[in-house]
Amino acid sequence: MRHIISVLLENEAGALSRVVGLFSQRNFNIESLTVAPTEDATLSRLTLTTVGNDRVIEQITKHLNKLIEVVKLVDLTEGDHIERELMLVKVKAVGSQRAEVMRTVEIFRGQVVDVTSSVYTVQLAGESDKLDAFIGVIGLANVLETVRTGVSGIARGEKVLSL
Amino acid sequence: MELLSGAEMVARFLKDEGVEYIYGYPGGALLHIYDALFQQDAVEHILVRHEQAATHMADAYARATGKPGVVLVTSGPGATNAVTGIATAYMDSIPMVVISGQVMSHLIGEDAFQECDMVGITRPIVKHNLSIKHPSEIPMALKKAFYLASTGRPGPVVVDIPKDMTAPTDRFEYVYPKSVKMRSYNPVTRGHSGQIKKAVELMVSAKRPVLLAGGGVIAAEASAQLIELAQLLKLPVINTLMGLGAFPGNDPLYLGMPGMHGSYEANTVMHHSDLLINIGSRLDDRITNATEKFCPTAKLIHVDIDPSSISKTVGADVPIVGPADAVLNEMLKQIKATEFTPDEEARSTWWQQIEEWRSRHGGRYNTDDSELFKPQQVVEAVHRVTGGDAYVCSDVGQHQMFAAQYYKFNKPRRWINSGGLGTMGFGLPAAMGVKLSFPDDVVVCITGEGSIQMNIQELSTCAQYNLPVKIVCLNNQSLGMVRQWQDLNYESRHSQSYMKSLPDFTKLAESYGHVGVEIGPGDDLEAKLAEAFAMTDRLVFINVHVDPYEHVYPMQVPKASMRDMWLSKTERT
Repeated sequence: MRHIISVLLENEAGALSRVVGLFSQRNFNIESLTVAPTEDATLSRLTLTTVGNDRVIEQITKHLNKLIEVVKLVDLTEGDHIERELMLVKVKAVGSQRAEVMRTVEIFRGQVVDVTSSVYTVQLAGESDKLDAFIGVIGLANVLETVRTGVSGIARGEKVLSL
Repeated sequence: MELLSGAEMVARFLKDEGVEYIYGYPGGALLHIYDALFQQDAVEHILVRHEQAATHMADAYARATGKPGVVLVTSGPGATNAVTGIATAYMDSIPMVVISGQVMSHLIGEDAFQECDMVGITRPIVKHNLSIKHPSEIPMALKKAFYLASTGRPGPVVVDIPKDMTAPTDRFEYVYPKSVKMRSYNPVTRGHSGQIKKAVELMVSAKRPVLLAGGGVIAAEASAQLIELAQLLKLPVINTLMGLGAFPGNDPLYLGMPGMHGSYEANTVMHHSDLLINIGSRLDDRITNATEKFCPTAKLIHVDIDPSSISKTVGADVPIVGPADAVLNEMLKQIKATEFTPDEEARSTWWQQIEEWRSRHGGRYNTDDSELFKPQQVVEAVHRVTGGDAYVCSDVGQHQMFAAQYYKFNKPRRWINSGGLGTMGFGLPAAMGVKLSFPDDVVVCITGEGSIQMNIQELSTCAQYNLPVKIVCLNNQSLGMVRQWQDLNYESRHSQSYMKSLPDFTKLAESYGHVGVEIGPGDDLEAKLAEAFAMTDRLVFINVHVDPYEHVYPMQVPKASMRDMWLSKTERT
């Protein structure tokens, strides 16, 4: 099963490489990873998605917790949560395609953020499945380039991950 | 206010931290620090001949005393030479602080002379590592290193110090940090009472319980509690390789070591038990054999200070996170507070069965199929000659298993070996590290002609610091454990497992000013050993010619259960 693990990490040099190293060292799978400082400059928030059975996920969270720089972590998929991923995608758009692409962008509630005579650059946010679906509808043949941020997530309701 | 250079801070901090010895080797990046060490006499520096030996000395000091060992190595090759020793300490959860020199800050990343990314290289084999960005950070960084190394699940910590951080002209205020607090690191100090209650309920109601003690019992100094628990509930006890001595080897409740070369009775009892009480063992592959066939009828209580060791290889029914001493104390308290009547009939049936298993193999071996001494015989003789009370530092291979099987340890911290990483070359420097701290005790290095040559240069260090260890080399002229596997699985094709052109070990020892003794067919083994051990102020290299055809038994059958073992070359369970 796919899990989204959110980690509060000391904002120190080398902390990120320790997290990444752990995954390769212990043969854990890592699908996406995002990291940025938080409103508290001494902390970074890292979100990673991984796939594994309960036993593997338990080991992943235990080993992450063991890293000295990890302050706190939560497996968001254990409860209700919101996940978002941002994608920028360059789509071939010539002739009648232009209107078709525009319509699809609207349906997916995306935005065209840059235009040339033959290319639309589309910005799309949502759950990863939605971004996959957009690519599917546009068709791989029309996709020139994609860039995705990886998943960010936060728990629903009043639960917060903080110190 | 006291102003010190970074180099002086290192020396002063070590003194303030109460460090007795540091083991190291100088080099360009460390010159300022070595100059500061020269000008003080609180901390004694031991100059080894290879940095790996420095790490093993520090490691063994920690294993014997419980205090973190301290290593000082220079940048580049000095640091990389220390890597094997750091990994050795990491695998066995040994507290160690390694200070590595680094090239000057402005050169980092430029492939400067003797530069290597020590923090990067050691990341997967340390509990933590840090690099110094400003000289004023040195006292707190070192304090953190000692704190992290010695609390929770112990382990090695590397502090990388660029040369310019130690410049004698740059002085900053020095205050010894008495304590340290880290918001992201809070080691557990006790187990969960509710979980312990569940464990106690299982323990008093079990019909076929067995107690397994690992290195965690020794790290937590919990032997007394372990013994009390075993006696209170009449539990059969098994010590892992890392736990040897945690429970006394001569106690009737004791069954030996488990696993690949565990005793017949230990492995069989574990297989048939209905409750496995595991205190401080991580149940690694050399213990469990095939995990899916491991102890099929047993519930598992797993006590470990490191949550990630629990349910890593075998799922636990009652996981308890906490140090062995506190958890055992709480268990004893709860057992004494409960009114329980253990099922006497079930227990006595269990013990009858155990005694029957115990009488079946009992560690026997043939002595009549070779003129040469059997390695087991030698270990048993060493045990008698030393009264069973020596520090035994082992290398890695057949001799290590023979020592673990036949030297009965009655006290913790007497058996010093590289259990997890299996580092050949560990034994001699380990023995040196112990002897330095326990000059009045007998310290033996049990080794083979393969392992000893991996750090034989340290005979020179022994001469310099007068370290009269006793080296017992079980010389079978081959890499015995490799050879054994080749005999069993590769139709005795001894690919690269025998050693030609061995040195004359006696002459070699003598060339360093030590004593060499040869023991071979026809000699009175015990008398010659006694003679060698009587030379208490001399290092004696005792080269014993042993039967190269001997295998270590019992040996578990691969991919099978605990009870599936070869008991000799021809006999299987």
